[in-house]
Amino acid sequence: MADTVGEITPAGEDPSRRDFIHVAALAAAAGAVGSVVWPLVDQMNPSGDMLALASLEFDLSKVADGSEVTIKWRGKPVFVRKRTPAEIAKAKADDNADLKDPAKDADRHKPGKAEWLILIGSCTHLGCVPTFGGGDWGGWFCPCHGSHYDTAGRIRKGPAPKNLALPEYAFLSDTKVKIG
Amino acid sequence: MSGHSTYEPKTGFTRWLDSRLPIIRLGYDSFVDYPTPKNLNYWYTFGGILSLCLMTQIVTGIILAMHYVPHVDHAFNSVEHIMRDVNHGWLIRYVHANGASMFLFAVYMHMFRGLYYGSYKAPREVLWILGCVIYLLMMATAFMGYVLPWGQMSFHGAVVITNLLGAFPVVGESITTWLWGGFAVDNPTLNRFFSLHFLMPFMIAGVVILHVWALHVTGQNNPSGIDPKSKEDTVPFTPYATVKDGFAMVLFLILFSVFVFFQPNAMGHADNYIPANPLVTPAHIVPEWYFLPFYAILRAVPDKLGGALLMFGAIGVLFVLPWLDTSKVKSLRYRPTARVFFFLFVLTCLVLGWCGGELPDNMVFQVGSTASGDPIGLNFVWLSRIAAAYYFAYFLVVMPVLGLVETPDAVPDSISASILNHSAEKKG
Ligand code: HEM
Ligand code: FES
Repeated sequence: MADTVGEITPAGEDPSRRDFIHVAALAAAAGAVGSVVWPLVDQMNPSGDMLALASLEFDLSKVADGSEVTIKWRGKPVFVRKRTPAEIAKAKADDNADLKDPAKDADRHKPGKAEWLILIGSCTHLGCVPTFGGGDWGGWFCPCHGSHYDTAGRIRKGPAPKNLALPEYAFLSDTKVKIG
Repeated sequence: MSGHSTYEPKTGFTRWLDSRLPIIRLGYDSFVDYPTPKNLNYWYTFGGILSLCLMTQIVTGIILAMHYVPHVDHAFNSVEHIMRDVNHGWLIRYVHANGASMFLFAVYMHMFRGLYYGSYKAPREVLWILGCVIYLLMMATAFMGYVLPWGQMSFHGAVVITNLLGAFPVVGESITTWLWGGFAVDNPTLNRFFSLHFLMPFMIAGVVILHVWALHVTGQNNPSGIDPKSKEDTVPFTPYATVKDGFAMVLFLILFSVFVFFQPNAMGHADNYIPANPLVTPAHIVPEWYFLPFYAILRAVPDKLGGALLMFGAIGVLFVLPWLDTSKVKSLRYRPTARVFFFLFVLTCLVLGWCGGELPDNMVFQVGSTASGDPIGLNFVWLSRIAAAYYFAYFLVVMPVLGLVETPDAVPDSISASILNHSAEKKG
């Protein structure tokens, strides 16, 4: 490096000083451009009010046995499903089946609350809302590209890669949950 | 290309202007005196038609934007307000909505034309790539426009397409959040899509200028694929091309009017007249017809990332097309074998479009059933897999290999000779 620079630099000039000026000027310009561009890009990220963690309380007595209520949380649907004993048994029986995204039924609900399945109702494929009770496993069926979920919300067949996601939630009492 | 300019300003004012801003000269050299190959056929009129489409979309779009409200609570109703209350609003919206379909139809014709006559080959590679850029921008614009009325299809189409980007590992989720401006498709998404839908047609107009500039540097290709050699081979743009383009535009506008006045919703989907509901997805969600082939490719792959990559790849491959075709002969008129593969390719695109509109598990035909009652036969996923395989094979295998192994027909010496051969053949 040093000798090639020596060849093209006129006698009497210090090549390393010249290099330093170029590098410093470029670095300063890159920094300046970056600091102007970043706000222009980052403005598209969720704004403060979107981020303000919205939480939601929901009265479970509205959900009848074997049915589901869909509520909206952070712009997304959340399924609150009250499973029948048969549906729970079916989900448990499949704990060791050949699952694409392995999970035990016990990890899909809160301890001692096997009847309450609370999931984010957006298909892990491309985000459509799966329909209650459909599909080959009686959980949900996504009409968009044909994903089947079982009664624990696990993906069993179709293009979706993951089980339906669990939102953060806690039981405030036997009949009340707080989501978020 | 055209050599020196033959424009001569006639009045005092035009002489004065010509030595300051030779804009009349530019127009004269480009659209009056410009030499065009004398054998251009009607497939060559879609360029002019596309310019008309872009102008139509911009004029009607700006008017719609005067009455439209980009907010989740008002968007749907504001479109209904345009339809019912705004003077001539129904006309302007139907022209804009059907205009998008007509625009995409014209661009597909224009592109198939380019494929058939080898218009992407040297020296027109940059011209072709600029065309691909325009096509990409058009698809983005049409997609965002379709979101604006905020009906059920608008909303869930937006969810599915934006989630495609979430398929990319590691950065996928940050990209979708950034694009949405939230954790789901919501008001910020609608707002920015409106802003971008307004902007992008003007970007298209910019690239169109580059496209026409590149066209005027290399000159037009023509059905024989032979470059003009002498003055014998060309005619001036005006009146020959202007009149031919004008006549084709009239025919095109008649078709356009049939849709606008008699079948204005034929190309839309009834579910888009239901206001968006994030909690319920329509039973059968389909994109607009012009996206169906790509949608079929997406669904042909059982893997989320693989499907998304293949779909983008289907468009990406067009950009490198000039370097995939190894044939020395441009026009398929002189490549009988390549012609067969080309028509098979056109058919494949139509089949993919058909698959994109059907549910993947539906059967194309059925020959029986299994013991458990499952149908045996060909379903649409498999049909789209076969068609997608040929789509890519056409570009990646047929184009490079065929150019090396086929024996093309004899290519005439010039455009004039090709016309004489043509009519001699017809007579006897
Ligand atoms: C490349 C050109 C364009 C294309 C392909 C295009 C496409 C579309 C499409 C497909 C729709 C949905 C129509 C419907 O189903 O209702 C739409 C809506 C809309 N577009 Fe465009 N557009 C273009 C240019 C523009 C421009 C330049 C503007 C404004 C400056 C604009 C403003 C609007 C507005 C306000 C709507 C919502 C009203 C409605 O849905 O009818 N568009 N556009
Ligand atoms: S979005 Fe559910 S299967 Fe594609």
